[in-house]
Order: sequence, then structure tokens, then C-alpha cells
Amino acid sequence: MQSVNGLVGHGALLLALPFIALGIIAVPVAVNRGRRDWLEIGYGAVYANFALMTAAALAMISALVTHDFSVSYVAQVGSRETPLFYTIISLWGALEGSILFWAWVLSFYGMTVVALNKSRVGNLVPYAAMTLLCISLFFAILLVGPANPFGIVSPVPQNGPGPNPLLQNHILMAVHPPLLYLGYVGMSVPFAFAVGAVLSGEAEHNDWIKVTRTWTMASWGFLSAAIIAGMWWSYEVLGWGGYWAWDPVENASFLPWLTATAFLHSAMVQERRGMLRVWNLNLVVGTFVLTILGTFLTRSGIISSVHAFTTGTIGYYFLAFITIVLIAGGVIVAGSSDKLRSRGRLDSAASRETVFLLNNLFLTGFMLTVLVGTLFPLVAEAIRGVKVSVGGPFYNRMTLPMIAALLFLMGVGPALPWKIASTAELKRKLIPPAAGAVLLAAVALVAGIHDPYGVLVFAFVGYAATANFREFSIGAGARRAAHDESWPTAFVRLVEGNRRRYGGYIAHFGVFFVALGVAMSSTLRTEREATLQRGMTMQIAGRTLRLQDIWGREEPQRQVVGATLEILNGNRVIGTLEPRMNFYRTQQEPVPTPDVRSGVLGDLYLNLMAFRPDGSSATIRAIYQPLVPWIWFGGGVVVFGAIVGGWPTARRRRAPARVPVPTPPSPPPAREPEYAA
Amino acid sequence: MNWRRAGIAAVLVIPVVFVFSRGMKTDPREIPSPLPGNPAPGFALAVFAPGQPPLERPIGDTVRLADLKGRVVVLNFWASWCLACRDEHQGLSAVARDYTGKPVQFVGSLYQDTPGNGTAWIAEMGGQSYPSVNDPKALTAIDYGLYGVPETFFIAQDGKIARKITGPAPPAVLKHIIDSLLTTASP
Repeated sequence: MQSVNGLVGHGALLLALPFIALGIIAVPVAVNRGRRDWLEIGYGAVYANFALMTAAALAMISALVTHDFSVSYVAQVGSRETPLFYTIISLWGALEGSILFWAWVLSFYGMTVVALNKSRVGNLVPYAAMTLLCISLFFAILLVGPANPFGIVSPVPQNGPGPNPLLQNHILMAVHPPLLYLGYVGMSVPFAFAVGAVLSGEAEHNDWIKVTRTWTMASWGFLSAAIIAGMWWSYEVLGWGGYWAWDPVENASFLPWLTATAFLHSAMVQERRGMLRVWNLNLVVGTFVLTILGTFLTRSGIISSVHAFTTGTIGYYFLAFITIVLIAGGVIVAGSSDKLRSRGRLDSAASRETVFLLNNLFLTGFMLTVLVGTLFPLVAEAIRGVKVSVGGPFYNRMTLPMIAALLFLMGVGPALPWKIASTAELKRKLIPPAAGAVLLAAVALVAGIHDPYGVLVFAFVGYAATANFREFSIGAGARRAAHDESWPTAFVRLVEGNRRRYGGYIAHFGVFFVALGVAMSSTLRTEREATLQRGMTMQIAGRTLRLQDIWGREEPQRQVVGATLEILNGNRVIGTLEPRMNFYRTQQEPVPTPDVRSGVLGDLYLNLMAFRPDGSSATIRAIYQPLVPWIWFGGGVVVFGAIVGGWPTARRRRAPARVPVPTPPSPPPAREPEYAA
Repeated sequence: MNWRRAGIAAVLVIPVVFVFSRGMKTDPREIPSPLPGNPAPGFALAVFAPGQPPLERPIGDTVRLADLKGRVVVLNFWASWCLACRDEHQGLSAVARDYTGKPVQFVGSLYQDTPGNGTAWIAEMGGQSYPSVNDPKALTAIDYGLYGVPETFFIAQDGKIARKITGPAPPAVLKHIIDSLLTTASP
């Protein structure tokens, strides 16, 4: 007997299929026959898809909250003891729910794309909507087939096991997955526009690049935030004191970020100079392919990881889908490459476009390195039948030179003009930032970094940060002189005047913070482990830790054992930390909850490793890592930069300062061929 | 459209798909286990659910692996909170019944659960044909290096672990393994 939740949810998913299929058929009919009414049907299907996916998702949330164990997904991840908050977010805590959430986010993007762009002339948007519906179709098929979250469980169990303990242990679980989906799924939109541009013949113009860049910027902002939140989660939950392990799934989120970053830069070259048109198409399609590849890796059960859920036949569906996407992407890019020959050409090596080219070279090199490392075990097993693993040393050795080069370029690029820079300009722009490089390299050496790459990263960050800061200070200084403004006003007006440009520089600063945080915390980490009885102390990084208490507590879904430690600076108590261990009944291994005391300069990180059942002693691992909070802060700055740079410009024209002049009505923009020509 | 280039791009997809499809055939979670081929860790656990005639054992009776030499032992770890255990339950019970009278012993071992929950679950699922034992503190599960529930171990007549299945055990696979163990040892 199916419950109301199951009935509504499953019904909505079944109903979505014919709507999606109808929409996919309607668009080509509308375009080829010039039937505007069919286009309305196509767009209607996009809205219907969103409405039905919303209904299905809400039915699932309702089932989770009401502990409706007749719904298979709830029986799999729900339990009466799980707190409400974690019950709701377990929507994305296992395979079927995460696919449902994915389809929901995708349908939301489809609806937004149509709602915001449907007045646009030409066939770009209809074909983009069709492409998004095709992707939706795949996920809808999964949801009524191998990943049906609304399966019927009979007899109805009284209770369930609850979510995976790792996924119900920290509040960031509510943040990281939705952000990741918004970023990951969002990359479907630029892809849809790319397909639309090729099918509608608009790929030869630069117009589609503008709208694609805005969407990429939004998705890129979400993806950046998601990656940082994922690092933070790993740091706060897994208890090893690190935040990045080159795990295949971390890599999967990072790969499309690299190509999207490359695109955000190279798109400017196309807009300005009409160059790199095939390359940009490659990046947009490649980014989407990488998101699907990442999903395939994590959802097909092909690799093992925290993110890989138990699977059945779903892997083969993904394999079929990724095959179609690869072929379609390859055909689109290769097939249209003739028409997209470059219009402009490089005037000089000393120009911003050259730096963007190098930036793209390193970013894609970075991406290929990570891709090779991630896929190598699969290739080795397929060809030689051996199990191998690619670890951190490979990635560190291969990527550090590229990271250093990219940091350096982040200083050179903003300083150079388009087309060609004179020797005087080069000297004026490129030499002063060297002072910043010397300063930060000295800081690194004084702080005790001996690793050459660590010092190099500091030096290049110093160089690039100075160069980027000078863009702000020189620009704001010019405004001050011209408009008699105060420094803050001049600063804000400067950014407002060219948000894309200065948003980009703000994002650069975020990257600098992340780079310093990573360089410092990975080279100057100190670690101590000690077994303490009550009242005993241990030393780390100039601080004394004293074990006060070992305690236990029973919670509905778990048992918690914790240790309370005082932090002493000399004889003065400056704080307490309570690392804990959580025992969930569904898992043999306890899940740790490390406790972290963050300061501007670094983190003191305590993890409870073991304890005597009689409470007489506890083993504590203490880690001191400098500048870790800078990574999280830098992530925030990157996102802020993306918001500044990507927020859609209001349509109104700003009147020149102090002299209000009525804006003349702008003539209707000259456009591409009328609809359905 | 340049179809030649498009065709080349499409052909380039083949090796990628080949690698992925090969990857699909191997289970990344099949952690090479040192157990198969080695003597099974001994256990002595008390029955909490008797099972049904003719396979029943009285409640409180101790099942000792040492006493089961000469029989094929199918040791299935399960729990009432485990959804996948529901999937395999019917099949396990039926296959156990099929081997009545043969030198095969099915044992269910309750993992991280209470006998009360276990008994209620068995009743809800319509009974279990073979006995289940309780594994307090999951010590036996630890000895067997349990990856998760359900997990099924096949112990040959000589007391060595022959195979293990992680996840629900399909009846056909169960029968195939049991049959092969019975035939190899019979001559």
C-alpha cells in the first residue's frame, strides 16, 4: 500500500517524463516550422518539469519528516532518533535522494533560463531549453527506474537505520551538498547555451558568450563555495586535521572548476578580440562533460569514497549517458570548428591576451594532470588488471609548479593592457610589485618555511597581491583627482563602474588568502599525540593542554564520549576544547568530532583518538596548523568577488555624477534574424 | 557542420568508454580480504531466534563453529535496521530450507542490535527458517572483519573460509557457492 507521500512523489516523477519528452520534440518543430505555439509548448514543458520535480522533492521531504517508512528511501536513510534537521537534509544523503535533488535543481535552472531569456530573439534560447530538457530526461528516467526513491517497502518497518553517520555529524552537511549541486548542475546551463549557439548558428557571433559567461560566473561562484565548504567539512568531521586529500571525488569537483575558471578568463578574450572561439566552445562543453564525469565516478560505484553510495544498475545508465554526452560534445565542437576561425590575432607577447592564453594553458594543464591522476587507476585496471592508487605526492609534485605560475600570472595579467604594452608601461606596471614579492618571501622565511615552493608561493602571492591592489589604488586615485571624492567613495564608484573587472580582482585576493593558508598550514604543521590521565598536561606550539574530564552521554541516535581539555598560556586558562567520539549503532567505527580553536594566525585542532572505558585516561592528538582560517576566509572573498563580478547589471543607465541629464531613449538593439526565419 | 572532424571526435570516445565499462565490472569495495582460504575465526554464540522446524535450535543454545566441522556453514550477518537485509531475507530462508538434510548449516548473526528488535523483525518478515544468534559487542563481526551488513561468509567443511558476499546475497549465487563446496568435499 503506497502512502500519500509515495503516491504524490512517484506520480509527479512519472508525469514529468511525458512532459519532458513533449518539450524536447516541441522545440525543433517550433524552430523548423516557424510555429510559435509549439515553442510555448516547449517552454511550458520546462515549467511543468520544475513544478513536478518540486512536488516530488517536497513529497520526499514530507515523507522524511513524517517517518513514512513505506517509502524505500526513507526506510533506507531515516530513523525516528535522527534530529529533524538531519532528517530533512538526508534528502541528499544517499543515492536516490541525491539524484532527485539533482533533477530538482536542474529543473529550477531550466525554469530560470527560460523565464529570464525567453524574450530574446533567435533560436539560441529554444535550443538551450531543449538541451536542458534532454539532460532532465536522463535524470527523470533514473528516478522512475534504477534510482526510484519512492519504492514501496512492505511490510512497513517501524524504524530505519538513519543517515550515514558521517553525514549527520556536522552542520556543513547542510551547506556543502546544495552548493555543490548548484555549481555542478549549473554548468549544464552554459553547455545548453553552447549547444543552442551551435544549433541556431549563433556560435559565430559573440553574443552567446556574454550570456554564457554570466551563467558560468554564477555556477562557478557556487562551485567555489562548495569546494571550500567541502574542505571545511572534511577538516571538521574526518578528524585527520587535513582538508584536501586528492580523493577522486574532491578531484571530481575541482576538475570542472578549473575549466570554468579558464573559460571565465578566455571568454573576455573572445569578447574583446574575437579570438579563441573554438577554444571557448571546448571549455564550456568540457566543463559540462567533467561534471557528468564527476557524477559518473561518484554515483556509478566505479570508485570507492565517502561520496560513493551503494549502487545497483545505475552505473550502466550513467555510462550510457556519459557516452552520449561525450559523443554529442565532441561532434558539436569538432563539427563546428571550421566556422569559428579566429577573427583577431595576437598583436604582441606583452599583452593581456597573452597572459590569458598562458593562464588557460596552465589551468587546462592543471586539469589534465588531475584528470590523469584520477583516472589512472581505472585505466591501469582496465588494461593491466592491477589495482594501483595515485596519491598526494604525485599531485603535489605535478601541480605545484603550475600553481606557482598561475599565482605569478595573476599579478601580470591585470597590469597589462589589451593588444600591446609599451616598454615604459611594462616597467611602470611590472617592477613595483616586486617589492611585495620580496616582502612576503621574507615573511615566509622568518616564519620558518624552508620548502622552496612554499617560499615561491609567498613571493608570487606578494607580487600578484601588490599588482592587483595597485589596480584598485591607481584607479581610485584617478577618480579622487577627477571627481574630488573621498577614498572609500572613489573605491566603491571604481568597482561599480566596472564590476566584472574589479569583481575578478577581488576573487584574485580570495585566491591569495587560500594560497597562503594552504602553503603555511601544509609546511608548518606540528602534531603531538599523548595519552593523558585527568590533570595531566601536554605541550603544543607554546600552549599547554590539561585534561580536565572524560565524560559520556547518551543521545537518541548515538552515544557520545568526550574529553574536556583546558588550554593554558603559561598559567592562565585561555579556553577549553572538547573533542568527542560518536558511536552510531549502525556503524562499527566511531565518528570523531574534533574540536578546533581558531585564531587569526592558526588553528589548534584536538582529536580524541582513544579512551579507557573506565574513564581513567584518554589519548589526544593535538595539531597546530597556521593560517588554516585564511582558507575559509579566502573562499568567502572568492565568492564575494563572483557576486560583484557576476551580478546582473541593472538595465538603467547611471547618469553622470552631479549633472543630471535625461537619458535619451536607446534605439532598439539591432538583432539577429527575426524569430523562426 | 564538418562531419569528418565530428566523426573523429566521436571515435575518440570509444577508448574512454571502454575503460569505464571495464571499471564497472570490478567492485571498488571488494577490498582484497585475507580471510578466504584461511581458517574461519571460531565463535560460540547464543541462539535468540530459534528458526523453524526442521532447522530450529532452541533459544539459549550455544552455536559453536567448532561443532560444525564437516558441514558447510553459511554465516549471515544482519540487523533489523538494515534495509538491504530485507531484500535478501526471503531468499536466504528459502535456500536454507532447500538444503534441509544436507550437511549445510545456516546461521544468522545479529549485528549491533538487540535480540528484542531482531525477534520482532523476524516476526514482521514472516519468520526465518534457520536460527539466529546474538553477537554482543559485535566481537565475532570484528573477528570476521565485517565491512557492513548484510555480509555472508561461506565456511567449507574443513573450517576454512571459502567465500564472502558483501551486500544482499542473491539465492542463485548462494546455491551456486554451496553446491560447489558440497561437491568439492564429497569425494
